[in-house]
Amino acid sequence: MSKDSHMVLERPADRGGRAQPMLIAQGMKRYFPIRGGVLNRRVGEVKAVDGISFTVLKGETLGVVGESGCGKSTLARLLMHLLAMDEGEVIFDGDPVGQLHGLSLRDLRRNLQMVFQDSYSSLNPRLPVEDSIAYAPRVHGVGRTEARRAARDLLQRVGLRPEYFGGRYPHELSGGQKQRVNIARALALNPRMLILDEAVSALDKSVEAQVLNLLGQLKREFNLTYMFISHDLHVVQYISDRVMVMYLGQVVELGPVDQIYTAPRHPYTIALLECRLAVDPANRIETPPLVGDPPNPINPPSGCRFRTRCPHAESICEQRMPLLGEWNGDPANHLVACHMAKPGSGHSLAGYGMAVH
Amino acid sequence: MWLYAARRLLMTIPIGLGVTIICFALIYLAPGDPVQSLLPPDATAKDIAELKHAYGLDKPIPIQYVIWLGHALTGNLGRSIQTNQPVLDEVTRALANTIPIAVISVVLAFVLALGLGILAATRVGGVLDRVSTAIAVIGISVPQFWLGVILVIVFAVELGWLPATGMGSAGSDHFSWFRWSESKYAIMPIIALTMTPLGILMRTTRSSIAEMLALDFIQTLRAKGLGSTAIVVHAIRNALPQIMAMLGLQLGYLIGGSILVETVFTWPGTGFLLNKAILTRDIPLLQGTILVLAMAFVLINLFVDLLQTSVDPRIKRT
Amino acid sequence: MSDISLIGTPAAESPGREAPAATRVRGYWGNVWQRLRYDYVTLFFLLLILLIVLSAIFAPLLAPFDPNKASMAHRLKPLFFRTNYLGTDEQGRDVLSRILYGGRTSLLMGIVPVVVATIVGGLFGVVAGYAGGRVNTVIMRCMDVFFAFPSVLLAVAISGSLGGGMVNQLITLTVVLTPPLCRVAETSTSQIRSMDFVDAARASGASTISILLNHVLVNAISPVLVYASTLVSASILLASGLSFLGLGVSPPTPDWGLMLSTLRQAIYVQPIVCAMPGVAILVTSIAFNLVSDGLRQAMDVKA
Repeated sequence: MSKDSHMVLERPADRGGRAQPMLIAQGMKRYFPIRGGVLNRRVGEVKAVDGISFTVLKGETLGVVGESGCGKSTLARLLMHLLAMDEGEVIFDGDPVGQLHGLSLRDLRRNLQMVFQDSYSSLNPRLPVEDSIAYAPRVHGVGRTEARRAARDLLQRVGLRPEYFGGRYPHELSGGQKQRVNIARALALNPRMLILDEAVSALDKSVEAQVLNLLGQLKREFNLTYMFISHDLHVVQYISDRVMVMYLGQVVELGPVDQIYTAPRHPYTIALLECRLAVDPANRIETPPLVGDPPNPINPPSGCRFRTRCPHAESICEQRMPLLGEWNGDPANHLVACHMAKPGSGHSLAGYGMAVH
Repeated sequence: MWLYAARRLLMTIPIGLGVTIICFALIYLAPGDPVQSLLPPDATAKDIAELKHAYGLDKPIPIQYVIWLGHALTGNLGRSIQTNQPVLDEVTRALANTIPIAVISVVLAFVLALGLGILAATRVGGVLDRVSTAIAVIGISVPQFWLGVILVIVFAVELGWLPATGMGSAGSDHFSWFRWSESKYAIMPIIALTMTPLGILMRTTRSSIAEMLALDFIQTLRAKGLGSTAIVVHAIRNALPQIMAMLGLQLGYLIGGSILVETVFTWPGTGFLLNKAILTRDIPLLQGTILVLAMAFVLINLFVDLLQTSVDPRIKRT
Repeated sequence: MSDISLIGTPAAESPGREAPAATRVRGYWGNVWQRLRYDYVTLFFLLLILLIVLSAIFAPLLAPFDPNKASMAHRLKPLFFRTNYLGTDEQGRDVLSRILYGGRTSLLMGIVPVVVATIVGGLFGVVAGYAGGRVNTVIMRCMDVFFAFPSVLLAVAISGSLGGGMVNQLITLTVVLTPPLCRVAETSTSQIRSMDFVDAARASGASTISILLNHVLVNAISPVLVYASTLVSASILLASGLSFLGLGVSPPTPDWGLMLSTLRQAIYVQPIVCAMPGVAILVTSIAFNLVSDGLRQAMDVKA
């Protein structure tokens, strides 16, 4: 049942049709310069996002996992066009963003919104939460009373009583309540897709469960597409349809959630999954699956970036960077950026498939 | 560390240049032609033109600036219109009179501020805290020149203990710190100069140390059984870079801003020189004095910055 | 929608109970006022400032004599000489009246430059803080050049070059006070700029002006205002210092600094009378300092 009739802004029309992916990112790159030396010259670059391409289908939830520093948050901001990209293109529902005949930034905003992590800075401390939510509609031309009414309506939808919470300031809300407000704010423009950047990472476990359930509910109600970024493997498994694994600014594996979690193919993904602690004390981990720190993003290793921590690294891994490969459009398609997965790559184990424990 | 010092030095150059530009531009703020003040009112146009040419004032302004800067860098700041002495000589002589009282004032303020500030910080909310806060507030609120006048009233007029004005009984050339009959002239100027830095340093000390004492690592030290005196010493050691930085800054302020006190006490320092230059519209002297004082301030700031960086391990040194 | 249990609904737990009435919570300034209400010291000095300001505004009504009426016969009379409560100056004019009228000049010199400098410096600072990059570097480097001068020196230098007079003095003080305010505004704005809610505002497609007005300014402005309040006292001191040196208003306009300067010659005759204008400066300065301190404390605590 569509609730759009209550929303103050109309949901942007579906232009591409069911087969058209909602979002296509191609060759995204963003480097941050580092200055040093006597004259403050650029002495190096942090390669935060280094050649990322992927697709998000309509109505799915794409989970993005990776450790701190892998570039997930930078990627989110690049997609939202809050940060300029050095290279790359974003195609939203078939229209390239920011180009002459494509989608303007303003129209992109109507379609794509972001839910931020619940930090002390995610909401304007000087605005009552209903005004924070009402801000975006007002920017797009909605009148003040209308916008406030819509904001109250959204508060109701995310599970906060508007009369009780509407006039409150962020510092008077708990973490879970603030996060609900963040979600309401993201929904204020009636978008079609949400990027959730560590949306539940700062919450206590019980609250996290509530918010995840809320997100699932809202997705069905509003017919949304999600891109869910998190470092928490359990949460990503719970909420995603497909999962993308990132390492040091690149995508290393991409596939359906159950395949990724039960039959991972990239050594990094395997190690990451083995790091999960089991609740059963009989199931202890004796040796750490992943040792050492991730290498410096300023000077990543040549070839495959994971080779310094990979138990199967060979000389070919140093010489050539393994490519993820082209996605064939099938949601069940499972891509890996590893020489072992590609027959004829030069790796001794190429083409034999990964033995899963 | 040396890389940081080199970089910092390099950054000072554009600021120094900016300062010279401002010093140079000041004379153009003045109403009227700078040359008019030098000539009698009935000077002919030819006389004016000749003088302009002699002073190089007929060239375009940027050229004048470059010439002036070139001269300044070699130490030639022109000659005072009044005394016809080289400006640099006058300024250095005056600086030699200002620096001692400024340094003594700052050191005095520091010692008092540190003592009172520490006592206040360790007994937050107590009587001593309130009293020293009151002293600090008065210190930053009192007009220096008025304090000077009050001191003169009390000690020179009413009590007759100290001389009212001047530097030494027979002029500044005969001044000596070692003879009471001479050095007593310096007492009141020093007291007048000390109040403002005292107030500021007291606040800085109190807040730095109180901030330190509230930090977690102090709790750890206490939990380990360290005595309260030793803890205070720890806190002071950590707060010292901040306080030292403020100290250097205050020294710079006193050297650059001594004009009010020196005018009250007729103390022949750079401030007094500045006043004289303004009153007599002695442009070269005015420019030269401001330039030297501003540069001194820039160098003091640079020094303080480097000192603080070398002492405080938290500051990044790349 | 019935799946989502509404938070804040006691009816969900115990049906039948009345829902609580709508609450509009006290805002930021309400909290500040709440804290100030019990700070008796600050309130006292705030009252004092009010009195000083009122006495300056109503000087014509309060002053017992014409401040410019000289009387050679009654020069340098002591305190409480007949109706000259604070004595007379070196030209026989009533000191009390001159102090009351002098308050106008001094308060003007204290407040107007601070207000103008807050607007100008604040504007530059917010632009520099929000824009970042080259714009920031250019603006802040320019301000740094002014920072290279101690404030008294800069004030004297500009004032000495421009010449005397009230307008020149106002200009001088404004120029001296703008760089520190710019710096405070820049720091504050940069901090706000890096917060997520600003990104969220940008993500909603708002124009830069809208973001600045609705989100950035309202958060960045309070440190600037607090700092500006601390500068009022400094401005008054600087202004009276300049007047003392003869760089301010010209005689016979009453001005506290100028009065101190002219009365200085008479300290051997009537020392206490000569000290009076300075007392006025001192009291005003202390009052502004303490009030700005109190304001800073009330606004400092995380709401």
